[in-house]
Amino acid sequence: MHKLTYLEAGRRALIEEMRRDPRVWALGEDLGRGGVFGQYKGLAEMFGPARIADTPISEACIMGAAVGAAMTGTRPVVEMRFSDFALCAIDELVNQAAKARFMFGGQMRVPLVVREPVGMWRSSAAQHSQSLESWYTHIPGLVVVAPSTPADNLGLLKSAIRADDPVVYLEHKALWPLEGPVPEGEHLTPLGVADVAREGRDLTIVTWSAMRHASLKAAEALAKQGIEAEVVDLRTLWPWDRDAVFASVEKTGRLLVVQEAVSVSGFGAEIAASVAEALHHRLKSPVKRLGAPRIPVAYAPPLEDMARVTPDRITEAARAMCVHAEAV
Amino acid sequence: MNGASRVSAGNGANLDRDRLTMALGTMWRIRAFEELAVRAQKEGLALGAIHPSIGQEAVAAGVCLNLRRDDLLLSTHRGHGHTLAKGADALAMMRELFGRAGGTCGGKGGSMHIADFDVGMLGANGVVAANITIAAGAAHSMRLLGSDRITVCIFGDGAINRGPFLEGLNWAKVFDLPVLFVCEDNIYSATTRSTSMTAGPGVAARAESLGIPAVAVDGNDVVAVDAAARAAIDAVRSGAGPQLLHCKTYRITGHTTADAALYRDPAEVDKWRESDPIARLADTLVADGAAPAVLDEERARAYAELEDIFAAARDTAWPDVAGAFSDVQDLGDPRERAY
Ligand SMILES: Cc1ncc(C[n+]2csc(CCOP(=O)(O)OP(=O)(O)O)c2C)c(N)n1
Ligand SMILES: [Mg+2]
Repeated sequence: MHKLTYLEAGRRALIEEMRRDPRVWALGEDLGRGGVFGQYKGLAEMFGPARIADTPISEACIMGAAVGAAMTGTRPVVEMRFSDFALCAIDELVNQAAKARFMFGGQMRVPLVVREPVGMWRSSAAQHSQSLESWYTHIPGLVVVAPSTPADNLGLLKSAIRADDPVVYLEHKALWPLEGPVPEGEHLTPLGVADVAREGRDLTIVTWSAMRHASLKAAEALAKQGIEAEVVDLRTLWPWDRDAVFASVEKTGRLLVVQEAVSVSGFGAEIAASVAEALHHRLKSPVKRLGAPRIPVAYAPPLEDMARVTPDRITEAARAMCVHAEAV
Repeated sequence: MNGASRVSAGNGANLDRDRLTMALGTMWRIRAFEELAVRAQKEGLALGAIHPSIGQEAVAAGVCLNLRRDDLLLSTHRGHGHTLAKGADALAMMRELFGRAGGTCGGKGGSMHIADFDVGMLGANGVVAANITIAAGAAHSMRLLGSDRITVCIFGDGAINRGPFLEGLNWAKVFDLPVLFVCEDNIYSATTRSTSMTAGPGVAARAESLGIPAVAVDGNDVVAVDAAARAAIDAVRSGAGPQLLHCKTYRITGHTTADAALYRDPAEVDKWRESDPIARLADTLVADGAAPAVLDEERARAYAELEDIFAAARDTAWPDVAGAFSDVQDLGDPRERAY
């Protein structure tokens, strides 16, 4: 084990996969100078401008070209810069990438990865802060991944690049500088498998992306109050690890879903409904979702914070679930 | 990759009669296919929306005459002609229109999503202009793989007002990719005259503003389309970068089989009927000395073939319903988990 940041881990994943497979290439704006956050630093020198392709500000064409490239034998890694800009390429992703294999009767596959940095980060305001994972989980054909640690950003990105499906890969901008232990050799994290980040008997917190870390902080605070929370980091949102979530809720009898996204129609609703349908008889308290209110993310920090799910809010919600149930 | 199946080109005033007779056969096959598709829809056999290309056959035939089997082609919602001309199996296509087993896409796509990767036909598309960026990517991929296959992207006159037109052409030029863009200009975008919605002088000027050489051609004259396509494709193959061909043609039917096209002046339709691309080619060949009986044979053969195909498609079973769940994705495969 050695330490890497979340950003460096993603960079290492791409380098390793590009070395392993000459069909892998990356395309996006400013990649020749390392990309907007530096995730591609030095790669153009390493692999040349053909495989680290600097593109025009043409999100629709970046994604559309990746679809055409993936259908014809290469394995593009698309950089969208901010997930918000991927909305300029929604037709290419949703109508083309996700459906081509099916519509054309399985004549080919669309093995592409689209990296879309998500989330609230340094007063980025309404057009640079969104978490829209639930849009993608809704679309048949797509795999949706949201890594939260450096080790997972290495292992999940490598697995995503090797997958033959179009993968929406949502890195969180606030996590770029996060350091963590990363295995030195080949490290692949399987897609579709959750990580139990902390074990506990009293309640299950299901979360993903940056909220893993807020949830772990909350779990520490809860432990001081005698409540042991189990934190399940989904890592992959479609297909999500239902077995791991159900096993945890069977044990704890309580489910709190924590997401950074707007709660209304968020992916947390899917988890909550699935657990309520399958495990209602095991629940000691109603399932609960915690997410952003249905407001755009504001610029001024005190306003921005109104959309933020914090460890305090998680702690409070979890405590209320446990205390309420004990009072009954 | 595959062996090249290039037809040698006739040049200048000397008509290459074999080549053009072949084009005539292709055009008759397209015409017959489309007429039977229209009939099939009336009889409830062809489902969904059908966009016939009757009157536009010279574009498909003239362009594809210059392509190798392994070259790549992307088409539109009005793509039957292009797909046939590229060499796709007509029975599989008709089955696809009927939603039957053995269709090009196993009955999952229908008319607007026909693709046949075996002949380099990477798909019709239900989204106007979406094929342009995909074509750019296919050409990009060929470049990365070191392949000499070129990519041709056919789109309508309506497509040039969507963003992907600018993005895709700009991309092709910036990366100097081996792509031929073909604007199949049938004057209408659905029920609207495209010129009323298009600023500036049109597609060729837009391409030229990006440094992409553009040539306009009478799209109902297959001899002219063939010659222009050959020149443009030779340029693409020789590494001169993307080229554009503006083919001026006309859609004899409505936009779909459901469109009576009452927004058009009947005199306009009549005028274009007189410029029927198949009749024009036949006249040209006869004037060049071809025997009319030989040309009639092309027609008879095409209709006989397509009538048989129609019957065979009609007598084909529906696809196995399990197909609704297959070919979606490997991870999170709905056959294992759809909820
Ligand atoms: C993005 C998008 N907008 C609208 C439509 C509906 N539509 C289908 S075909 C068509 C007209 C397209 O005109 P043109 O590109 O000239 O092709 P043509 O039908 O004339 O062959 C329209 C508007 C669509 N399929 N996709
Ligand atoms: Mg048109």
